[in-house]
Amino acid sequence: MSDTTHEEHHDGPHASGMWRWLTTTNHKDIGTLYLVFSLIMFLVGGTMALIIRTELFQPGLQLVDPHFFNQMTTMHALVMIFGALMPAFVGLANWQIPLMVGAPDMALPRMNNWSFWILPPAFLLLLGTLFMPGGAPAGGWTLYPPLILQTGDAFPFVVFSLHMLGASSILGAINIIVTITNMRAPGMGFMKMPLFVWTWLITAYLLIGAMPVLAGAITMLLTDRYFDTSFFLAAGGGDPVMFQHIFWFFGHPEVYILILPAFGIISQVIPTFSRKPLFGYVSMVIATSAIAFLSYVVWAHHMFTVGMPAAGMLFFMITTMFIAVPTGVKIFNWLATMWRGSISFETPMLFAIAFVILFTIGGFSGLMLALVPADIEYHDTYFVVAHFHYVLVPGAIFGVIAGVYYWLPKWTGHMYNETLGKWHFWMSTIFVNILFFPQHFLGLASMPRRIPDYSVQFTEFNMISTVGAFGFGLSQLLFVWMLVKCVKGGEPASTKVWDEPEGLEWTVPSPAPYHTFETAPKV
Amino acid sequence: MYRSKAHGRWLFMGIAAAALAIATPAAADWALDFPASATELGNKVRGLHHLALIICTIIGIIVFGVLGYSLVKFRKSQGAQAAKFSHSTKAEIIWTVIPVLILVGLAIPTARVLIEMEDTQAADLRIKVTGYQWKWRYEYLDHGISFFSNIDDASNAASILGAGHELHEHYLRDVDKPMVVPVGKKVKLQLTSNDVIHAWWVPEFYVKRDAVPGTINETWFKAEQTGTFRGQCAELCGRGHGFMPIVVEVLPQDEYDAWVAGLTAPAEPEALEEPEAAMSQTAPAAAGGASSR
Repeated sequence: MSDTTHEEHHDGPHASGMWRWLTTTNHKDIGTLYLVFSLIMFLVGGTMALIIRTELFQPGLQLVDPHFFNQMTTMHALVMIFGALMPAFVGLANWQIPLMVGAPDMALPRMNNWSFWILPPAFLLLLGTLFMPGGAPAGGWTLYPPLILQTGDAFPFVVFSLHMLGASSILGAINIIVTITNMRAPGMGFMKMPLFVWTWLITAYLLIGAMPVLAGAITMLLTDRYFDTSFFLAAGGGDPVMFQHIFWFFGHPEVYILILPAFGIISQVIPTFSRKPLFGYVSMVIATSAIAFLSYVVWAHHMFTVGMPAAGMLFFMITTMFIAVPTGVKIFNWLATMWRGSISFETPMLFAIAFVILFTIGGFSGLMLALVPADIEYHDTYFVVAHFHYVLVPGAIFGVIAGVYYWLPKWTGHMYNETLGKWHFWMSTIFVNILFFPQHFLGLASMPRRIPDYSVQFTEFNMISTVGAFGFGLSQLLFVWMLVKCVKGGEPASTKVWDEPEGLEWTVPSPAPYHTFETAPKV
Repeated sequence: MYRSKAHGRWLFMGIAAAALAIATPAAADWALDFPASATELGNKVRGLHHLALIICTIIGIIVFGVLGYSLVKFRKSQGAQAAKFSHSTKAEIIWTVIPVLILVGLAIPTARVLIEMEDTQAADLRIKVTGYQWKWRYEYLDHGISFFSNIDDASNAASILGAGHELHEHYLRDVDKPMVVPVGKKVKLQLTSNDVIHAWWVPEFYVKRDAVPGTINETWFKAEQTGTFRGQCAELCGRGHGFMPIVVEVLPQDEYDAWVAGLTAPAEPEALEEPEAAMSQTAPAAAGGASSR
């Protein structure tokens, strides 16, 4: 492994206290920063979700003004997507990719520091808009003009903070691509990389392709508002629908940016706890690439009611339906990995199994949404809300949580409390279904999304959903408690942590030393 | 029926009321599926939805069945020994090809319905629908009738923050002046907007189309039964988005003709006037209420 005499000179951080975290270029430190930041944003975004669910507990307006409600739906989405999920995945990438490819650090460590430290000011700015005249953006996270141009003084700050978040993501993506391409240990060919590394490589390319498109779209919004352009203003010859095309050309790859790394995590966890190699490694890589490619040619399925030629709708319907094929391959491969395995049910595996089931349910509703005539009825209802929350909460977020439980002993050197972990799992899984499953029914019964108040026939399922929301929110406090306990102490973790896990990260001691693989391992 | 309560006690209330709601299904709506369709095309859409749902359910039973079997049968605690295989070209080809066939089978009937849905030709009646923040305007292009449709006064008053009014049966789904159409006639809607994007949606007609400023979108419906059908704006359009209902009255042809005659008779000049003026004469309270949002 690494040269111990060399390590003695560099066995810890060069600075202490706040200065260490501000100036660190160490991938483990930066990974920790990303993950802690993500957890804080998860709790902030979750609080906004609870405000939304509280107002929706019963019909009539009891708690918030409709304008503030719209600010909450908009900010909840922006905070969860850009503040909680994306940084969580980048944090996992920072910790794990160098450990998994046998590299001493990320390829561009100073840029790595910069790409994290752009985030806190960007979110200070974004959350600060809540206190500006006219309030935070209230036109939905999709920022559709002309409505979004009615935002108050906050408007340029929103655009600027999104630019910063985009810059941070692009820097992070470049770093990940360069690290994976150039810093793999000798003998680790591309087709020997762990699946998590593969899915992140593909995700990083999606980020580089998609984020500049968002930057372009929001810059055009800015010039429409302040510099007399009319890209999206009908009165000046522009077209508001063009924004939707540009936005979703970013937005659909973004959806896969939020799920592909979770696919990677699940593909690490299931083999470990089935004690069997991953089934169909090559087809997993091909399927991930196919999903990434398709994600660029399906964008208008978000816009079937906007008025498109029938031929265009058919094209986007068929490409969208075909995403079910590579996604199905992934699900089947995970099942085949468990088939004739020797399965045990530690917390990461529990979250991975729940992921497979609940993500599949989200996939089913996704397939239904692809069917244009039916989508016209589903569009902008709670059926859509249920669909994307199924793929993002028990999908992407459960993926992150599975990864955290799986690698936490390697990071902290302590085993987490398995009882707490199991409680967290069961509470989360039960409540997330109470929270989101009834929303399918609300949508089918024709409750539109993004409304602060509703007609009385929707009351019962909304009440159940709100109860589920509070249950789910409170369950996450168990997660925080478990994390604090595990960082502070606990049963020491062995080098391998689990029975026979695959991968280089399980060859370094637990906790992983500050510097690892200063001499490249042999694969 | 539902009263607004003090803000503090809502968590307790939540659990209590959910328990109550579960215990008293008589008071609840509990709709689990798409509404019954009032149009022939809507029945086809509903059929597609059911077809997709059944296919997904069958696949779900198979997938979750295999998963459940594995989790029971191949447990380490039951002494299961892990096999070593990690690849099977045959299996992978099978589970790539079968989904493709299912998808093609699903795409063909869907495409048929889509093509029918997009055919706006040979309409019997044309209505121009314009979205405003936050009301609708209907212009009967063949009759010269034009009016605004605002949320009803009772809903408007009850939807004020903390109002705590009794909520009536059609709370937020009632208007002062509904769109009126004849039964069994193909009605073509031409949609646009005066400000931001809205979406006109009546669930039982299975019609939803965006009203986009600077663009005329077209869609159609043909109601097969008389009655009152309710919907609301489906595209976030600002503060009053939840408060711009849509109501369509479907009348027998003779009653519809009488309704048209009543509005176009020379004795009632307001129907032919500027629409804004007509609105302020006929529904001052509702208009004021809606635009003050």
